Amino acid sequence: MQILLTPLYLAQMEVLRNKVRFFLISLLIALITLLVLFIAALAEGLGGGNREYLSKLEADLLVYKADSDLLIAASRLPRSVMTQVRRVNGVRAVGPIAVSNAAIDNPLETPDADPLRVALLGVEAGLPGAPPIITGSAFSTNRAPEAVVERRVIQRLGIKVGDRISIRTDQGSGDETFEVLVVGLSDGEQYGLQPVVFLPLLTWDRIRSKTGPNSPLNLNLIAVQLENPNDLAAMKALIPTQVKDVEMAGIREAYEALPGYKEQQSTLDTQRFFTLIIGVLVIGGFFQIQALQKVPQVGMLKAIGAANWMVAVAAIAQIILVTVIGVLLGGAATLLLASTLPPGIPIVFTGQAVVAAIVSLLFIGPIGGTISIRYAARIEPLKALGMSS
Amino acid sequence: MNDGFALSTDSLVKSYELDGQKFNAVNSISLAVSAGEFVGLVGPSGSGKTTLLAMLSALLTPTAGKVIIDGTSLSDMSDKQRVEFRRKRVGFTFQANNLIPYLTAAENVELMLRLNGELNAAGRTRSRDLLARLGLADRLHNLPSQMSGGQQQRVAIARALIHNPAVVLADEPTANLDTERAHQVVETFAELIHEHKRAGVIVTHDLRMITYTDRVIQMRDGDIARIYTSRDEITELAASGPG
Repeated sequence: MQILLTPLYLAQMEVLRNKVRFFLISLLIALITLLVLFIAALAEGLGGGNREYLSKLEADLLVYKADSDLLIAASRLPRSVMTQVRRVNGVRAVGPIAVSNAAIDNPLETPDADPLRVALLGVEAGLPGAPPIITGSAFSTNRAPEAVVERRVIQRLGIKVGDRISIRTDQGSGDETFEVLVVGLSDGEQYGLQPVVFLPLLTWDRIRSKTGPNSPLNLNLIAVQLENPNDLAAMKALIPTQVKDVEMAGIREAYEALPGYKEQQSTLDTQRFFTLIIGVLVIGGFFQIQALQKVPQVGMLKAIGAANWMVAVAAIAQIILVTVIGVLLGGAATLLLASTLPPGIPIVFTGQAVVAAIVSLLFIGPIGGTISIRYAARIEPLKALGMSS
Repeated sequence: MNDGFALSTDSLVKSYELDGQKFNAVNSISLAVSAGEFVGLVGPSGSGKTTLLAMLSALLTPTAGKVIIDGTSLSDMSDKQRVEFRRKRVGFTFQANNLIPYLTAAENVELMLRLNGELNAAGRTRSRDLLARLGLADRLHNLPSQMSGGQQQRVAIARALIHNPAVVLADEPTANLDTERAHQVVETFAELIHEHKRAGVIVTHDLRMITYTDRVIQMRDGDIARIYTSRDEITELAASGPG
């Protein structure tokens, strides 16, 4: 047992007696951890901010106007399409989704309280597309001057259910303000990284930005719930055969088609990947330099009878120790820093993303150190001690 | 051959090829060292003494011939067995880089016991006693960087002896020491070889150091040129200078 523990003893003693040197490399790993975790959180935050509303929809399919290339802004569907879709066999329910933008006058009486830019979504209560209400109630009618807002609107404006908000939109001839009563609160439902205000569809039509006085009511999307969600592929093919001029998408397909979504995620994934590669190179470089400096010492150890596996285990143990300390430090620093960030920054730490980032970080040490471990294991004692002819 | 000796060689050869020509760095050397005997290996650079020492310590495989330590032939061993044999039956001191820089004097000596799985309270006491015997009682907890070259060599001697090896080999242990410290180190080394009844071999350029040995083997071009056995001969050779 003592023989097995000897490499660990050597690894531990070297770290303890060279605390500053090893702390510095741990600090580098901590910084890489901080960067990787923040990039992961930013990817999650930005991605989530874009897709949150769509990904939480209680629907199986979305109907777009044909040839809209799944671009929500380009998709314009007359309300009559809803009825046609509802009639297709296998469809349980349909709901309208109409999208616009607006500003809400900030009731906080501070000079720098800018209006809050929001996504204005027209939906029908109780139908697919309407958000789940966590406080308050749904709209009383389809044309009531009422709104359901998501929690970010509440946080940013300091309002509560029962308050009135002033929604400002461009009516073609200039900005107009409409007052609505906040009747309900939904959980996070961002759309395009903007907080969302849900309005009854006809109220939405009255308030939405218009280019002129005769702008007809068009839906952007129709959310479809199926009788049997397992029939998704078949229904996706069936609906366009029975309803003219439409195209279909699943939920994931829909949010991946959001403008810039895929590009944004792949950019962040690339950043994360290169940060991990930099981590591998930094750790690899450090331990390789250390291995080069330790050639005579390792040669002496081998000469007095230390086996190759002992040298390798000592090196691996050190790399793992330094990496774990670095990742723990980085994790703690990330938590600390994240707690000080203002709520508007799209940083979201999810368990899955954090675990994936930490596991990948824990691997960078041993991967980076592989060459140095191999190098140390191959040191010839005679050469290392200058005894070779 | 040489049964009963702690260390012996039988027609030991080490050949190399240089520019397509084969030459023997060590040429059919047979020697034997008894337990408690301290042998000096001298000769000019390139005479084969370090190559011979490397083969005696199982760090280098002979081209032909045998090395027998404590009745065991190293020729029949696998690489793994040689490493284990070296750990258990051979003690070693080198010219430099003898000690682990992040271990104290006591820890460096105890390392040999750890490597063999034999570190216990008795082992710790023995290592401290041995260091005290070498005049390092007040240096037990010093790192190598806090000790002089001579003190470091004495720690290496303690490490070479602590696990009761059959043979103790020293490669130019005084090369980096001043004359006074060199004498102290080799004298102590010789005393401990005799006290602990180990077979000791020291390779040195400095002929003055052979004063403390019991026998001197002088090498030239891979062969044994001469063996000095009498005290007068050794003293006369030692007086011939630093080498």
